[in-house]
Amino acid sequence: MRKSSPGTSEKLAGGGGRLHNTVVYVKQHWQLYLLFLMPAFLLTIIFRYIPMGGILIAFTEYNPIRGILASEWVGFDHFKRFLSSPDFLSYLMNTLKLSVYGLLWGFPAPILLAFLLNRIMSAKTKQKIQLVLYMPNFISVIVLCGIVRILLSPTGLINSLFGTQTNFMTMPQAFRTIYIASGIWQGAGWASIIYTAALSNASKDLKEAAVLDGANIVQQIKAVEWPAIKDTVLIQFIMSVGNIMSIGFEKAYALQTDLNLASSEIISTYVYKKGLLDGDYGFSTAVGLFNTVINVILLITMNKIVERMNEGNGI
Amino acid sequence: MSETKKKSEFAKQPREDKAILTFGYIVLGLFLIAIIVPVIYIIFASFIDPVTLQNKGLTFDFSKWTLTAYERVMSNAQIWVGFKNALIYSVLFTALSVVVTLLAAYPMSRNDFKGRGFFNTIFVITMFFGGGLIPTYLLISNLGMLDTIWAILLPGAFSVWNMIIARTYYRGIPQDLQEAAEIDGANEMVYFFKVLLPVCTPIIATIAMWQFVGMWNSYFDAMIYLNSASKQPLQLVLRSILIQNQPEPGMVSDMQSTAERAQLAELLKYATIIISSLPLMIMYPFFQKYFDNGIMAGAVKG
Repeated sequence: MRKSSPGTSEKLAGGGGRLHNTVVYVKQHWQLYLLFLMPAFLLTIIFRYIPMGGILIAFTEYNPIRGILASEWVGFDHFKRFLSSPDFLSYLMNTLKLSVYGLLWGFPAPILLAFLLNRIMSAKTKQKIQLVLYMPNFISVIVLCGIVRILLSPTGLINSLFGTQTNFMTMPQAFRTIYIASGIWQGAGWASIIYTAALSNASKDLKEAAVLDGANIVQQIKAVEWPAIKDTVLIQFIMSVGNIMSIGFEKAYALQTDLNLASSEIISTYVYKKGLLDGDYGFSTAVGLFNTVINVILLITMNKIVERMNEGNGI
Repeated sequence: MSETKKKSEFAKQPREDKAILTFGYIVLGLFLIAIIVPVIYIIFASFIDPVTLQNKGLTFDFSKWTLTAYERVMSNAQIWVGFKNALIYSVLFTALSVVVTLLAAYPMSRNDFKGRGFFNTIFVITMFFGGGLIPTYLLISNLGMLDTIWAILLPGAFSVWNMIIARTYYRGIPQDLQEAAEIDGANEMVYFFKVLLPVCTPIIATIAMWQFVGMWNSYFDAMIYLNSASKQPLQLVLRSILIQNQPEPGMVSDMQSTAERAQLAELLKYATIIISSLPLMIMYPFFQKYFDNGIMAGAVKG
């Protein structure tokens, strides 16, 4: 031991010292670990990580009485069954179309609203408008879908305006429009807050200077306002793309009717029905896992693209 | 004053700018109308006699107005059970979630905290990857939490996203405060509760509001974990009335014909929507001053 070179012994001492330091730190700051972090850590391990272990169910013919490990191991059978079923492509496309179209229409809406709000001079008027814009955000999904069903029923407001009796809720071709339009109705105002905040941070002086220089609105937007919100827009966009496959269950399920399933059955509603209503645990878990994996791949890809565009700064 | 000032500012703009502005104001105006009209329609319709509403639509012949729908909805016990449960779940969930999240954010906000990177990785992974519906459901079932309040309160109590927002907010608090507290010999607990929390009210209010509204308005967890009618939160009761077209027993059963029952069931929807949405509609304007604050904190990269 004594004969070891000075370098090694220094390293050893350094390593031991670091360990020692850590022990001293933890002893000194035990409250940070036991009182502050422990509740969140335990909740995460129990309700987030243990279910990750449960993913194994996707590879078994799960039998609740036997448990995961004693259930019959079927490998990738559930995945093969799902991928080769005629419904697979339909559910995947329904999911993708709903979220991609939702993103295309829904993403620019709050940005446009923020630009418009930024042009309202009177602070009081602006606040009143915002109060109205935010209101739908506080309506629940169930009530929103209830309102949609009422307004679109054959005897509802929309039909009586046009003198028709169309039952929109039973039309597969109307589902996506209903879903996306009601989503903008409910969420665009609320989502505009983040852009409004970024815009109000854009230096007032800068804008006044632009006005003095005789810049018109288009030039002001290009030179002052767009640069102020560009980063926020980018971050929001990546997060939305990353969440494309995790489109919400609650609203799609509440807008489903037996007759519009051709376009309203998405992967999350299918997972729920197969798993909890039919009790096909293994298959349902496999479909859910398929969804999660695609989502993770999308997210990583997006992050890589942004790193390239943004000189190495991903999220 | 401000009116004339605004006008003069508008008048000063070049012509093409005026065209763009006018077009913009029209778009904004149309959006506002689109928000307000359905709400007003539902409010008016909820007061009108069902037969008249179905045949003629909205009417301002006040002899056709009635409070029947409100009486029937308000006298229904299940609605009140729903309200009571939603209130209990939302209050407890908000309290639990805020406490757990604020506590966890504190060590995670400190640069000297050993193990920060490790814990951060553990937490952030759960934002992107999870076990999914069935494994989570089976866990809740194995823990014996099915049909209990714990299935509603615990799984979502810790929000990584809110933790990141709180952490960002803590870091914005001047370091002098902490140094001063350390010199005074205050330990972590004293610093956190006596010094840090009191200056964090805006972010606490924001997170509390998000969690409360989120719990109040959600139905999925209650739908899969709770079976007993006595434990259902408001949104599940609403779901059977509004989405499944199944009014609570007793609401329409005294009507003679099927047609009458169907008409009344329709009317009940309007009143149900109004009654159930009223509490949040009244509350949210009081929180408006916190909206910007919270969103600003969230806008900063984690």
